[in-house]
Formats: sequence, structure tokens, C-alpha cells
Amino acid sequence: MPAVVGLAFLVLPLVGLLVRAPWSTLPERLTEPGILAALRLSLLTATLATAACLVLGVPLAWLLARTTFPGRRLVRALVTVPLVLPPVVGGVALLLVFGRRGLLGGWLDATFGFTLPFTTAGVVVAEAFVAMPFLVISVEGALRGADTRYEEAAATLGASRWTAFRRVTLPMVAPGVAAGAVLCWARALGEFGATITFAGNFPGRTQTMPLAVYLALEQDVDAAIVLSLLLLVASVAVLVGLRDRWISP
Amino acid sequence: MRARLLAAVALTAVLASTAACGGGDDTAATPSGGARSAAGVSGPITVLAAASLTESFNQIGKDFEAANPGAKVTFSYGGSSSLAQQITSGAPADVFAAASPATMKTVTDAGDGSGTPATFVRNQLVIAVAKGNPKGITSLATLAKPGLKVALCAQQVPCGAAAVKALAAAKVSLTPVTLEQDVKAALAKVKLGEVDAALVYRTDAKAASSDVDGVEFPESASAINDYPIVALKDAPNPTGAAAFVSYVQSAAALRVLTDAGFQTP
Repeated sequence: MPAVVGLAFLVLPLVGLLVRAPWSTLPERLTEPGILAALRLSLLTATLATAACLVLGVPLAWLLARTTFPGRRLVRALVTVPLVLPPVVGGVALLLVFGRRGLLGGWLDATFGFTLPFTTAGVVVAEAFVAMPFLVISVEGALRGADTRYEEAAATLGASRWTAFRRVTLPMVAPGVAAGAVLCWARALGEFGATITFAGNFPGRTQTMPLAVYLALEQDVDAAIVLSLLLLVASVAVLVGLRDRWISP
Repeated sequence: MRARLLAAVALTAVLASTAACGGGDDTAATPSGGARSAAGVSGPITVLAAASLTESFNQIGKDFEAANPGAKVTFSYGGSSSLAQQITSGAPADVFAAASPATMKTVTDAGDGSGTPATFVRNQLVIAVAKGNPKGITSLATLAKPGLKVALCAQQVPCGAAAVKALAAAKVSLTPVTLEQDVKAALAKVKLGEVDAALVYRTDAKAASSDVDGVEFPESASAINDYPIVALKDAPNPTGAAAFVSYVQSAAALRVLTDAGFQTP
């Protein structure tokens, strides 16, 4: 019985969205200029953020799972901080480091004349910051569960560490990596607080779907519902497209 | 197996953190009506007010509580359009003070206002720049210089609508780097040094005078915002609401507001 309640709790708001949608005016609304731009931007930044998380997160997960070093538990705790940090706080923190007067941002600005806030790159950074822990935790879990004897066997057969990692370990933990990447992508897609605080809000450049929905809600509830529906459809399409056998261990 | 458990934990954390993100303000009204006692009204009064009213209304709230012991005024500040949307969605509040007639109209059109809104102050825009005005900004035209980063409010927020009017009056075409949800967020970007300038209200620049300078410009006279205030129809404390609304229009409150930089209606 509680399971049914739990399911209802999660499903009912989505049903409400479908019921309240302005179905009759949907076609014209979908072609309004800002909407497709926001969707395209959201999908692009979420994918780029996931790619960044994969490049940085998988080695980090490997470090946490396969090696021992003093302070490893502290590092693991630090990695999960963005998970529990309120997203707006994350945005403020990013501003203090990468902002124009920030610790690193000031140097970036002086050397390259480039600042991250208010750029699409800034959106990617904000989304990657909040989504990376999902990937790291997922991959670390998968790595811990993988049998190290295969890697040892590869080593005795003459494979370098990189080759063993690439051709033995990765294929073994691929489902875990894929699951982590999906979670990471979904989290990045839905990010609001860090994005609006760090990257700002400008249509076409930094206005992702969640920001567009929030602003539309103040003017035109129906437009906000249409945007929400679009995001829901896109998310469900991705999740359904990733077939279950690819992401379960 | 462990990956599944970790994924489940992670998913719970996602749900928890998405509950924490988002910009809505929450009110602290308890639904117990106030009563008119000998010393004045009492009970909790919840006021949703435009972000630009923050400092003045905090002071007015204290003065009101001093004059009405037993009354407790709680404020929730935000972009007027965001607050209007909260009210029409049923947020429990007693009073609404908006930064433009347009956002007030959203509330009255939905039938959530009690009586006619009264304009109690007016506000004008200035250009907020870093202390000392290092980029030498003197007018709206200089704002459009390439290389300058300017923050504006989003158009549906009153200060954004006024900014659009003022820029049109000056015939300046400006592309901001960001459209913020309320005027305090735009001001914060200037304070942090993330942008070189922002179009905010004179009152906001004055309130933050230790961190920013306000540059006046003539076209602001063509984009003056009238601030209406109204008691709400479903107010949990109707007597308190009416008392607060009339207090805001009293001479004492007007003095606090004009000291902050507002203009009389």
C-alpha cells in the first residue's frame, strides 16, 4: 500500500501537468521563438556538462575506488558536497571563484579577457558542478563491485595500466557508468538555482528550460505549462531510449 | 547491487535538492484572524512586497508594531510579478504592495484584491555602477558601449518594464548580459562586480550606497513606476491588513519612504 502511495505521489503532479495543458493552442505555442531556443540550449548544455563529468568524474571515481591514500574519506565526502549543497549556494560559490573578481576568474579575465558568468560555458560549469557527484558515486560503486582479478590477469598478460583500464575495466563497469551518466544528465537538465545565479538569464545564451519556465510562470501560466511538458517529453524520451539492460548491472 | 542502492540514494538526494532550488519565497502566515484591541490591531500580518521596498518596509513594519503592540508584521519580498503569481495561486497573505500597476492588475483581475489599490509612492530608475564609477558611465548612451556588461531586470518585472521604456525614450539599443528576476538580484550583480552597471531604482542604489554609486539620467522621468498597495480579499487578518494599508499611506510612513528615495504620488 505505501508503495502505491509513493507511486501516486510521484505520478500525480505529472498527470496534473498533462491535464492542465492548453492542448488546443499547443501547436502555435510550440513555435514561439523563445521556446525552441531554450530547449536546444538545455539539451546542449546538459550533454556538454555530462561529457565534462565523464572526463573528470570517471578518473576521480577510479581514484576513490582503486587506490588508497591518506585523506581518501575526506575526498569522498568533498565530492558529495554539491549533492547536499542548495543549488543557489553552489551558484554563489561558483561566482566567488570564477566570477569576474573571483579567485580564479580574476586571473582568467586578466590573462584571457574571458569570464564564465553570463556565457553558455558558464551554464555548463554550473550544471557540471551540481551533477558530477551522481556520476562519481555511481561509477565508484560499480568499480568497487567489479572483480579486480581480471585486471590483474590483464597485467600478467602484459597490458599496460591504461590498456587494462580501457579494454578490461571500462567494459565491465559500463552499465554503472551509463547509469551515472543518465542521472548526471537528468540532474544537469533540471538545474535552476546555480544556473540563474552564476550564468544569469538571457534568452538563447543562458536561459535554459527551467529558467524559462520560472519566468513564464509569472506572465503566462499556459506558456509555462507548455515548456514544462516539452521538458518532460524530452526527459522521458531519453530515459526510455536508454534501454534497461544498458543501465542495470 | 550496490550501484542500485547508491543510485537510489542519489535519486533521493536529487528530489531533496530540487525541493531546495527554485526562487519562490515562502510566507509565515498563521491563519488566525487579528482583533482590534484597545491599543490597535493585533495578530500576524503577512505582507508581500516588491523587492525595492525591502529597507523601507522593514522600518515601516517596526514602526507599525511599535504603534500596535500585539501585531506582528512579516514581509516576503520578491519580484512583483512573482508575488502576483503566488497570490493568484492562493498564497495566504494579507497585503500586496507592487512596483507597478501592471503587476497589481494581475491580482485585481483575478479578483484577489479587496477594494481599490491605492498608489502610495513612485520610484525612478538610476544606473547603478561600482563605487567610484570606474568605467565612467554618465548616461544611457554610454551604457551601450561595446565591452560593458549591463544587467537589466526581466521585462515582466516592473523595473525591467521601466528600463525598456527608458531605453526606448533615449533611443538606445542595449543588449544586457542577463535579465534578472528582481531588482535586488540585478543590484547584487553590480555589487559582486560581475557586471559594470545595472538599471535599478534610485531607492536601491541609495540603500546600497556603500557598495554602489547611482548615476541619474534624464530619461528616467519617462518611466516612473507607481507603486500600488491593496489589502487582499482572502486575508487571514483583514483588520490588520486594512490597518497596515492605511498606515503605509500615513505621513509617518511617507517620511520613511521619501527618506529612502521614493517620490510622493
